[in-house]
Amino acid sequence: MNENSYPIINLEKITYSYPGGPPVINELDLKFYHGDRIGLIAPNGNGKTTLFHIIMGLLKPASGKIEIFGKSVREERDFLDIRRRIGLLFQDADDQLFSPTVLEDVAFGPLNLGRSKEEAIEISRKTLNFLGLAGFENKITFKLSGGEKRLVSFATVLAMEPEILLLDEPLTGLDNQTRGKIIDILLNLDISYILISHEIDFLAATTKQIYTMENGMILSDEKAYIHKHDHIHQFGTIPHKHM
Amino acid sequence: MISEPFAAGKSKIHQVDPRIKVVFATAYSFIVAFSTQFPALFTAVVLSFLMVCLTGLNLWAVAKRLVVVNGLILLLWLILPLTYNGDSLLHLGPITLSRPGVILSAQITLKSNAILLALIALISSMSLVTLGHALSRLKVPEKIVHLFLMTFRYVFVIENEYLRLVRAAKIRGFRPGTNIHTYKTYAYLIGMLFVRAAARAERVHQAMRCRGFKGKFYSLYRFPPKSINWVFSSVMTAFLIGLLYLEIVF
Repeated sequence: MNENSYPIINLEKITYSYPGGPPVINELDLKFYHGDRIGLIAPNGNGKTTLFHIIMGLLKPASGKIEIFGKSVREERDFLDIRRRIGLLFQDADDQLFSPTVLEDVAFGPLNLGRSKEEAIEISRKTLNFLGLAGFENKITFKLSGGEKRLVSFATVLAMEPEILLLDEPLTGLDNQTRGKIIDILLNLDISYILISHEIDFLAATTKQIYTMENGMILSDEKAYIHKHDHIHQFGTIPHKHM
Repeated sequence: MISEPFAAGKSKIHQVDPRIKVVFATAYSFIVAFSTQFPALFTAVVLSFLMVCLTGLNLWAVAKRLVVVNGLILLLWLILPLTYNGDSLLHLGPITLSRPGVILSAQITLKSNAILLALIALISSMSLVTLGHALSRLKVPEKIVHLFLMTFRYVFVIENEYLRLVRAAKIRGFRPGTNIHTYKTYAYLIGMLFVRAAARAERVHQAMRCRGFKGKFYSLYRFPPKSINWVFSSVMTAFLIGLLYLEIVF
């Protein structure tokens, strides 16, 4: 964490609850600095996705203060600018891809940001190439495989040239090849990001800090714990430790 | 699944600018629909069949589609000649076939088949996505075009959710029968589908907002000018004038 600069995302005492339920997010504080790569690991239903939606302004917290890029954001109008600078990758690619063809879907973001058609196409092609999706331009989005859909929705987010990425379980349901591809892409990106995943190995490989969420709050836990799980390797019968 | 078996193809008609095909298919349909004279109607059926042949479609697959429509038309043949008022054509015991009824049924049969064949040749020979873009270029209101494209896009997703629900019911031993349990299960299933579709719509809208959606859609499609467009337009114009001539002269 870079203590010298100001946090680009600063959440203070955010509380949010879904109608008729207990708070999912409870007095949550989060400071996110430029260059940070944070992993969030927590059981289902602990408010990880909700947290992302609050940062994007899709959900309005009951109380608390949100500051992004040094400015306090409150109204829908304030979030319009935030959304062009923060990219959110949804859990389900089908939610993200709604245009008939891949090129149109990737160009949708840049066009909304006021780019000309030619510029939007140029950016989209570059992004697709970067993700190894050259030649996918005219494919029909809903006929893609699950892995291709995830990569294309990643492209739709990257095409907006965001400064921060919020990735909601980007590996779920993918085969090993596509997983490897996404990990490579993340390691090669020069963007700060927050990553939700249930896989500790994946987070360890792609993030600098790993946090967990409990009772609607973010906990950072630097301590390592001795724990047990079944595994298999040679000489396994001889008492030993993994560090 | 909606498949588009006729959309892929290399024929001359496939290469014509989709916008021009939409315009002529519409004009042709209207003229055929308003025609009443049999020479014009018979000619229209022949012309439509000619278009289908030029499109190089699998005639067997086309025939299968025609069967669906002609099944409905068969019902008209059973009802109209018996019920329509007018002078009688034939007495079969207690049954009287009315002349205007038979004529009307024949007209409807010819018109439907001619229009259907023309639409198969001209409209089915492009993908629904292309059709959407063509409509948008023809200044059809954007909302309609996008309703059309989004429906097409999410029909698959909703169908998948439906299949998931049916599977979930099946693996728990659900077998439909004629009883209240079955009706209730189907009611739940349909209700669940609506709920899921609504939730899906909400998430799609959120994803769109995240990408700066401000209520405007953009189309990147381009339809380059080609000489085939002129040939097609001339031939179709000749067809239309011919049909009008036959309708007026007889």
